Amino acid sequence: MPDLPQLVGAVILVAMIVYVASGGADFGSGVWELFARGPRGQQQVRALRVAIAPIWEANHVWLILVVVLLFVCFPAAFAAIMVALHLPVTLMLVGIVLRGAAFAFQSYAAGDHAIERHSVRLFRVASMITPMALGVVAGAVAGGHIRVDAATGAVAPGAVRPWLLPFPLLVGLMTLSLCTYLAAVYMTVETEGPLREDFRRRALVAGCAVGAVALPAAFVAHSEAPVIGVPLLASAWSVPFHVTTGVVAVAALVALGRRSFRTARFLAIAQTALILIGWGVAQYPFVLAPDLDVGNCAADPAVLAATLIVLGAGTVLLVPAFVCLYRVFKQ
Amino acid sequence: MSDLLAARSLMALSLAFHIVFAAAGIAMPLLMVVAEGRWLRTGDPVWLDLCKRWSKGTAILFAVGAVSGTVLSFQLGLLWPEFMRQAGPVIGLPFAMEGFAFFLEAICLGLYLYGWQKLRPRTHQLAGVGVMLGGIASGVFVIAANAWMNGPRGCRHAGDRFVDVDPIAAMCTPMWLPQAAHMLLATFLAVGFGAAGVHALVLLRHPASSLHRRALVLALQVGGISAVLLPLSGDVLAKFVAELQPVKLAAMEGLFASEQPAALRIGGWPDEEAAVTRYAIEIPYLLSFLAYGELDAKVRGLEEFPRDEWPPVLITHVAFQVMVAIGVLLLAVSVAAAFLAWRRRAPVDQRWFLKLLVYCAPLGFLGIEAGWVVTEVGRQPWIVQGVLRTSECVTPVTNLLVPFCGFTLLYVVLACVVFRLMRRHVFQSAEPALQEPEDGHA
Repeated sequence: MPDLPQLVGAVILVAMIVYVASGGADFGSGVWELFARGPRGQQQVRALRVAIAPIWEANHVWLILVVVLLFVCFPAAFAAIMVALHLPVTLMLVGIVLRGAAFAFQSYAAGDHAIERHSVRLFRVASMITPMALGVVAGAVAGGHIRVDAATGAVAPGAVRPWLLPFPLLVGLMTLSLCTYLAAVYMTVETEGPLREDFRRRALVAGCAVGAVALPAAFVAHSEAPVIGVPLLASAWSVPFHVTTGVVAVAALVALGRRSFRTARFLAIAQTALILIGWGVAQYPFVLAPDLDVGNCAADPAVLAATLIVLGAGTVLLVPAFVCLYRVFKQ
Repeated sequence: MSDLLAARSLMALSLAFHIVFAAAGIAMPLLMVVAEGRWLRTGDPVWLDLCKRWSKGTAILFAVGAVSGTVLSFQLGLLWPEFMRQAGPVIGLPFAMEGFAFFLEAICLGLYLYGWQKLRPRTHQLAGVGVMLGGIASGVFVIAANAWMNGPRGCRHAGDRFVDVDPIAAMCTPMWLPQAAHMLLATFLAVGFGAAGVHALVLLRHPASSLHRRALVLALQVGGISAVLLPLSGDVLAKFVAELQPVKLAAMEGLFASEQPAALRIGGWPDEEAAVTRYAIEIPYLLSFLAYGELDAKVRGLEEFPRDEWPPVLITHVAFQVMVAIGVLLLAVSVAAAFLAWRRRAPVDQRWFLKLLVYCAPLGFLGIEAGWVVTEVGRQPWIVQGVLRTSECVTPVTNLLVPFCGFTLLYVVLACVVFRLMRRHVFQSAEPALQEPEDGHA
């Protein structure tokens, strides 16, 4: 039976998976607007907007849930991350604000063409920067270069910026490519005919890009971020796990090739989940390696128990609501 | 500007910006749902048109509110990491609940805005109710965290951490319900009068528009009812402040020397150096009565508290006066509207009254801002009343002036764009050419 900190840690991981698979794809669709071209460019843009308009705000809440769970359950880790990664987190926030506001502005421009034009451009650029910054933050958290005094929570002033390193930057790129990949895969299910072929081609390219970034990221992790890299590549579970992830990733591409779009969507989500689970398992028991782990930075058991009860009750409300939302707007 | 001041200014700015849009996200759904209900009952397309126009405006405001709220949840840690490290778990329960309430709000808004053709009419209206309930619940839960900062319970502060945390007790603090009730009423007041003022502006140019006449009456009803109830919640809240934050009360009133019985000061200009409030109108006994329910109760002045525990008296006092003045003024306008209606002189036909409403449109929001200034500045130098000082919690990150300037620019630009879009939406709705009935439900 896992103890309370392990349970909330697992819940945070699940929330992150859902966020990347849903909200991440919303960012990805903004990136595809940037690359909407060819004879059906306008149609692509229209389909992408229809796809995310009703759901992006609900999907975005997963990020808030992750943040809240982090500061409630592992407060010292949250505080240290916000100190050490002040700049990339701020950049991500600016991206979130610009993306969300610009999307609403262009949806309800009421014929104000100047605002519409600028909003559209801003929405696309912010859709690209935000997942990149999010990935950099995640990579810096995993990188193991943020040193914290576990007793006082004070962050040691490091000589290097913990995020301006090859590993976090590669994770940023990988997050970006994963988001665009997911968006293109989802669009193959939500479109038809030649438009669907456009997104199928884009999904295949993005899927290969995910792999192309994932491999160097894993090797850089091994040398530059050994806290996570060594367990990721040299544990007993490493080989079977990476084989599984690889098989799922390739199977998703094969399914796209054979035009089994629903299967491809399922496999792409499974691939996303496996990548994040791999991160979580490799990093365990650390919340912020190498100084803060689930043992020394978890909140009071009373707080964790109460939070889990709220999560349970909230899920009972949330699942039918989300099912309803997706039933109405998605196939 | 010191980094502490920059951090406080940035937090204040983000809160001040977010609260306007959050208020719209809570209260606009009420107007939309009522308009939709009248359309369902009467089949009159004007109500449907109004509902759709209101929901378009709400969509813009809600999106800006959602993303600016995200900024806040991160900025708690970006600016006050030590506060979050210590207090995060204590106030975590309401924040977790707020997360789910926000989920409900966002899901229902998606269904509402884009489900006109896909949901049955009653289901669609129910989604609107969900937006409103989710919004109200979000606000109430967030205020639980703020109420804990004003009157901490359910924990013990030991050295540099809170121990013996009882999350339920920390959530159910004495200030919670009075603060939540006061803020919710203020929200409906601000949005009611805000909407009424906007529709009054259109009616001054197009007096016959039945859409805007109905919109104004409905918005004014919501604002007016709130205006009547608001002093009651304020009175209850003030009594809790008197008990739990006496130094905040003294600053709100500009009361330097203790008085028994204490006079209520209206207006005036506190001078912290001289420890005196000048030019105020003083009403004997009234403060004793309002704070403690007895005419001769003693009210403690600032002199009874250590100098380094005083909040900025001038800001707190002036903000409180502004808030109360706005509340009284809008109450008077509400009473005037009720009187006009009773004398069968429809308020929407009186040009002077429409002009008055236009000027009143921003006041409710200004009142909300002033009220939060009282709450937050009045609690200084504490971030958690009597336990943890704001200066102990600020981030070690330097050059905070840079993000302060950056976010200022961001918020100014967003505010300008929202203003321009809203103006367009409002005035388009008055032009008959654009008033063709849109598609109803499928």
